[in-house]
Amino acid sequence: MRLSDEEQAMLAGEMGPACRWAIDHQLQVGRMFDAADMVPVSQAHMMADPESLGDAGVGFVEGLVKDGARVTVPMITDPRGVDLSHYLPLGQTEEMAGLERRFIAACTAMGIMMTDTCINYQTIMPPLNGHHVAYGDTGVVIYSNSVCGARSNFEGGPSALAAGLTGRTPRYGLHLDEHRRATCRFVVEIRPRDLMEWGVLGATIGRMAGSYWQVPVIEGIEGAPTSDEIKHFGAAMASWGSTPLFHMVGITPECRSLADVGGESLDATRIGAEELADLGAPFSAVGEALDVVVFAAPQLSLVEMGQVAALCAGRSRASGTDLVVCTSAQVYGDAARMGYVEAIEGFGGTVLTGTCFYQQYAREIGEANGWTRLLSNSAKIVNILGGYGYRPALASMADCVASAEAGVILPAGEGGAS
Amino acid sequence: MTIELACHAGIGPAVQGTALVADDNFSARYDLDRIRGVFSRPQHRLYGQSYCDVILVLNTAKGGVATAWMLHEMASRDMAPRAILLNSANTIMAQGAALAGMAMCDRFVDGDVTTLIRTGDEVRVDPAAGLVIITSR
Repeated sequence: MRLSDEEQAMLAGEMGPACRWAIDHQLQVGRMFDAADMVPVSQAHMMADPESLGDAGVGFVEGLVKDGARVTVPMITDPRGVDLSHYLPLGQTEEMAGLERRFIAACTAMGIMMTDTCINYQTIMPPLNGHHVAYGDTGVVIYSNSVCGARSNFEGGPSALAAGLTGRTPRYGLHLDEHRRATCRFVVEIRPRDLMEWGVLGATIGRMAGSYWQVPVIEGIEGAPTSDEIKHFGAAMASWGSTPLFHMVGITPECRSLADVGGESLDATRIGAEELADLGAPFSAVGEALDVVVFAAPQLSLVEMGQVAALCAGRSRASGTDLVVCTSAQVYGDAARMGYVEAIEGFGGTVLTGTCFYQQYAREIGEANGWTRLLSNSAKIVNILGGYGYRPALASMADCVASAEAGVILPAGEGGAS
Repeated sequence: MTIELACHAGIGPAVQGTALVADDNFSARYDLDRIRGVFSRPQHRLYGQSYCDVILVLNTAKGGVATAWMLHEMASRDMAPRAILLNSANTIMAQGAALAGMAMCDRFVDGDVTTLIRTGDEVRVDPAAGLVIITSR
């Protein structure tokens, strides 16, 4: 890889050992993907929950702090793994909280802003068309690439941190025009009716695309989805397919027409009700007793918080069924001020701040609370939690709340329209 | 019998070990019980099997970004694969291997690595050379 004089100095240790680690890490990754050089980034976003880090990861980051690490571009964080105001009731331990506190202290010492959110594109500072960024969280990356037109690879925590320290990232993958062209083409014959269905559509396309290096282009969506709809669509696609970018003809900024992304020569795969039903079938459990309803993955926007609150108002959950909502600190303040948090808590729900359900020791909190049968409107979260010992099921937001009230999973539509 | 498989230059040290192979994908968060060191996702083709100390051979990465930290955490407890070989790595797998000091290679010249290598093969992995050698079958 070609390195500038400044990058050569970093590698020689002239900017300290932390910066030397960072650029050495970036060179290893860049060489594997044939990067020619580095590209400056305007922001970095790091996924780093304590379950993923473990004591070793936290110790590693603390070591960087001792080595004088300091970020050089605005750097923010993905959801944390412990809501420090509500971890004991959730069944999390002091050991987990202690790890979280150590990591927060280390990040703060490096100048990282603890935003703790996976919806920064809705709440903090969305990137603009053409911005090169180093983002973690697959949902953040796919939304930023596809909807905002920014340019980021999936940057795992170590690489996002390296980018924050050096202010650049290896120029490979989605930083390059040639990797942003469509490689597979889908024609959607049925428009999703709610957030859950948008997620199922995204998951279906992601599963069919099947690889990080595939770029789906999607036809047939008439009229732009809402930010929350395309958020669930993209997050589910990224989860099921490890997909970091899609194009939607006439809607996303790089694809005013199919020809813009080279899609006209690709064979089209049609997606209708049958394909969506096939993906959703393993996540149907009508009539089964329900342990917990989860609204998360991604964190809820203010609009979603209002929708959940409206569904919860004047009702109560069944005694054996919990309801957990995860949102960001930025949204929580407004949601509390507008009475949404009170309505959800009045139902018997719990609103967690700055965390996301699957990132907060999902196995341990499931065992502590006796949660096995889980219901959500997130096609992303049901894809993740099977390995954590849950039996996840999917339903619309309205059916999720109605099922929490009944204590059993109700047939689709029983909860009314979402 | 020795079989040489060329691949793209990878990441990490040269290692040797016994292959565990499946035509399936990989995510440390989605698929593993990292405390017990086994595949825990019921739908995974390696469900219930230990991934510790093996040369893990799979198709591609799936899901999210957590694997980048998790490979490092697994290696710190000596409960990690010695190497991961994939048809196609995503960025997260490479980043995780770099932090963990774990061997990783992908893009095999002769085709699908999940059929080129069989479970139980003794395999030597040389990421810098872009070479994987089946030393015993």
